[in-house]
Order: sequence, then C-alpha cells, then structure tokens
Amino acid sequence: MVSVEVKSIVKTYGDVKAVNDVSFEVQKGELFGLIGPDGAGKTSLFRILTTLLLADSGTATVEGLDVVKDYRKIRNIVGYMPGRFSLYQDLTVKENLTFFATVFSTTIEENYELIKDIYEQIKPFSNRRAGKLSGGMKQKLALCCALIHKPVILFLDEPTTGVDVVSRKEFWEMLGKLKKQGITIIVSTPYMDEATLCDRIALIQNGSIMSINTPGNIVQRFPKPLFAAKADNIYKLLHDLRADAEVESCYAFGEYIHLTMKANDADALSVMRVAGRNNLEGLEVKLITPTIEDSFICLMNENSE
Amino acid sequence: MEKAIICKNLTKQFGDFKAVDSVSFDVAQGEIFGFLGANGAGKTTAMRILCGLSYPTSGEATVAGFDVYKQQEKIKRNIGYMSQKFSLYDNLTILENIEFYGGVYGVSGAEIKTRSNELISTLGLEKEAKKLVGELPLGWKQKLAFSVAIFHRPKIVFLDEPTGGVDPVTRRQFWDMIYEAAANGITVFVTTHYMDEAEYCNRISVMVDGRVEALDTPANLKNRFNTNTMDDVFYQLARGAKRSGD
Repeated sequence: MVSVEVKSIVKTYGDVKAVNDVSFEVQKGELFGLIGPDGAGKTSLFRILTTLLLADSGTATVEGLDVVKDYRKIRNIVGYMPGRFSLYQDLTVKENLTFFATVFSTTIEENYELIKDIYEQIKPFSNRRAGKLSGGMKQKLALCCALIHKPVILFLDEPTTGVDVVSRKEFWEMLGKLKKQGITIIVSTPYMDEATLCDRIALIQNGSIMSINTPGNIVQRFPKPLFAAKADNIYKLLHDLRADAEVESCYAFGEYIHLTMKANDADALSVMRVAGRNNLEGLEVKLITPTIEDSFICLMNENSE
Repeated sequence: MEKAIICKNLTKQFGDFKAVDSVSFDVAQGEIFGFLGANGAGKTTAMRILCGLSYPTSGEATVAGFDVYKQQEKIKRNIGYMSQKFSLYDNLTILENIEFYGGVYGVSGAEIKTRSNELISTLGLEKEAKKLVGELPLGWKQKLAFSVAIFHRPKIVFLDEPTGGVDPVTRRQFWDMIYEAAANGITVFVTTHYMDEAEYCNRISVMVDGRVEALDTPANLKNRFNTNTMDDVFYQLARGAKRSGD
C-alpha cells in the first residue's frame, strides 16, 4: 500500500533548481530516509508534501490525497516537525502540547498512549517555557506536538542536526518505537550513518535523487572492491595514493583511507604493493564493505563526471 | 614543543552553575586538536574564553602566549575563527569579504591584493570573485570562510562545527585544507559532531558536564574504551551526562 507518491516534482527559486524532477514512493508503515547535504532539496520536498509550498510542476499524493486539491485533508493527517524549532517559545511545555491538541480538535489524554514514552522524559519540565528548554528536550517536545493528533504519517526534517551522538541515538530509538505502531515516517538527515536505520533511503544531491533502495542494496551496488588503508603518517599515505596511477579514488575516512583501484580484480595484496611503494611505517591494508557514505561519494563522483 | 594553548583549572561560573569546571589541557603548536562534547557540556563557553570574548571566573589560560584575562585584544589579533553559523557576509562579494577581513586584522593593502589573488586561484574561484558570497553553494562558502579565517596567518584557528550540513566530498576537501594549514604551522582547534572527523585530529578531548573527561589520541582512546569506533568512545563517555543544552 502506497502512503506517499511523488511524480516528477520540480521546484525552482529564481535560477536555482531546488528540486529537479524527483519521483519516489513510500509504502505505508515504512521508515523512509531522505539522505543528503544542505541545499539538496530535502526541505523543499517536505514543504511540498505537507502542503506548505507549491511545486512548479509534477504531482504528489499523501494517503491518496492530492497535495494541491486536498491540502486541507492532508493537513489533518500529517505530523510535521520542521528543521527549525517552531513551537511557541513563550508557552510552557504543557501549553504547547495542549495548543496543538486543541487545534486538531483532540486532547492530550485522548492520544496520550502514542506520546507517553517521549513525553515522560520531559514531563518534569512541563511548566517550563519551551524557549528555556535544552536542545534535546526541545526536540522531544516538538516530536510530541507533531504526534498529538495521531497522524497517519510523520514528516521529520533533519530532527538530529547539530545534536550529539547520545541524543541522536535516543531519537532513533524513539522513531523505531513509532514505526512499530504503524506510523509511516519520512525523515531527512545529513548524517550518513543514520541511513542504515531506515527501511529504504533516497540519496539526494543538488535537487536530484541519485539512488533509492534499501541501505543494504545501495551498499551492495558499490561498483568495485573497496579497500581501507592506514599508516603512521596517514596524510603522507593519502598524498602518495592520490598521486598513484593505479589508484582510482581515494579519500580519508576516519581512522583509515578508503580507496578503489582502476583494475577490477584488485585484491588486498595488490593494494598493499601500491601503498607500500614509499615504505611508510605501520602500513595496513584490508578489503572492506562500503558504508552508505562511500556509496554517496561514489555516486556524487559518477554524477559530476 | 611550544604550546599554543595552555589551560589550568579554567572555570566559568554563571551563578551556581559551573559551565566550565576546572578544565586543564595544553595544545601544541601545529597540532590539530578536536574539542568534543555533548550538547551543553560547556564547549562554547570554553571556546569563547579562549577566543578572548569572555573572562573566566577562575583558573589560568594563555592562547598564543597571551593571557585570557589581561591580553584579550592580543589574543584576537593572533587567532582566526569560523563557525557553521557565522562566517562571511552574504551581501558582499568574495573579494570584498577577503578585503574586509584582511583589513580588520591589519593586513596591509598591498599584501591583501597579493594574497587574495593567490587565494582565489588556489580555490579556483576566478570566475566567482566578483559574485556575492550569498550566491555560492554552502560547501564553497565554508571552504572560502576557512581560507578567510587564516588569511591573516594567525597562530591558531578556532573552528566551531565547520562542516555541519556539508556534503561528504566537500567535507573531505575541507579537511585537506585543515591538514595543509596545520602543516604550515597553524594550530587547529576544532569542534564537530561527525565522529569520523574526530579521527583526523592528532588528539581529542571529550567534555562532559563542564569537565574534560578524556584527552588523548583517537587510537589511545579507542584502546582505553575497548572499541574500534570513536562513536562508541563518545557514547560511553557522554551517556552519563546530566546536562544537555544547545
């Protein structure tokens, strides 16, 4: 069953094509990720799907409803958490929540079950003004407010940007629980490591989707064997490898350098031979499974060629 | 080894609240030092003191050899700063931004001219030099902002989440520039939420609830916490944090 259908959506701002002929489908109950950097077009897509922005061309439906014709109906069934904190700073935690419940003609009590796990973490501060909350707590309150009318589908625009590793992990655990309750979730993030937590992802860059698939399949489609290498002087190794005629691509990746070779049948031994040319101390080479970020970089390079 | 930054029991208190709680560490000249911590751990407060923008409540610190109590203005002259949020003026052109920052930091007119030509050709921005910075893609803006932050050849550059929201290829190009600056002797003091970037630092510190809970090379920290990812090191250190904030 399809929850969201996007067909050839285009949105331009002046000369800038923010969304360039984007099409995809999201199934009911799916946790779908839009993965890409700032300026990729993620927010424009969210705003089009939540009926806050009109596309130049193309069509989109949410739960079978047209984003232009049926915008009022859509607004009643979606929950939207924008990238920028958009609650009322001068209202308390409780007042914000009550406000959003009232706007949707419901009460906190009616749908309390849905937000219980999240709300209980901020309940001790229910009389504090939203503007005085810490980043992590604001994020939890915003999620509660987006959920209080029991939406069928939840749109979360970069909910974890600028948030530390611990809070990010907690947030994704909350999303996992919401998914179990059958809510369709579309979430965007610039953090590639979060992509693996989604059922399916779209890798998006400069307004275009480069690939849509499950995280596992995206990684599997990586075109060549990928190697990780390191040496005591890793910066020297990076320079050497970049200058080497046998190396195809090569970039820093945390503790290691990730590289592919021009030869399709390269193995760890042949990479070791190339990397060992300058006799660097502490050299280590191994064959590795690519991550989503490796795939993203690979697709970006293919597209720019 | 000469020290670029020395902190000894550095403390900043707001009322009863110890935002920075007796922090001590050194940063060597030319080092890439990663300054990590959970939201609300006190990183921004500590960084503001080291940049000469705020006085500590107690403790000692010198930056580029200058005292954070008595020589704030000298500190400001000898450091560079950029962040994700504030970097360049969108409604000035690339050249105007360079001229403006060069002028503020007292670089002579002739020198600004030579260096800005160099800079623009290194970055490959010849065609864009007279365009408004606001028209540049984010990745370019951040690379330019970094170049501008070290335009006056400071001893130390402070980078506050410089790569937030930037695509993975540009993020790596940005780190190439950081490495190059460090190789030229500039000390780099950097905060980030990307744990893979923590690996690119010579040493990192992790702040939790106002204190530096760990400080070592990435390899040693991973050994100590018996894991092979920095993500895990950070998680183990920060999950017990009582404070959270922006």
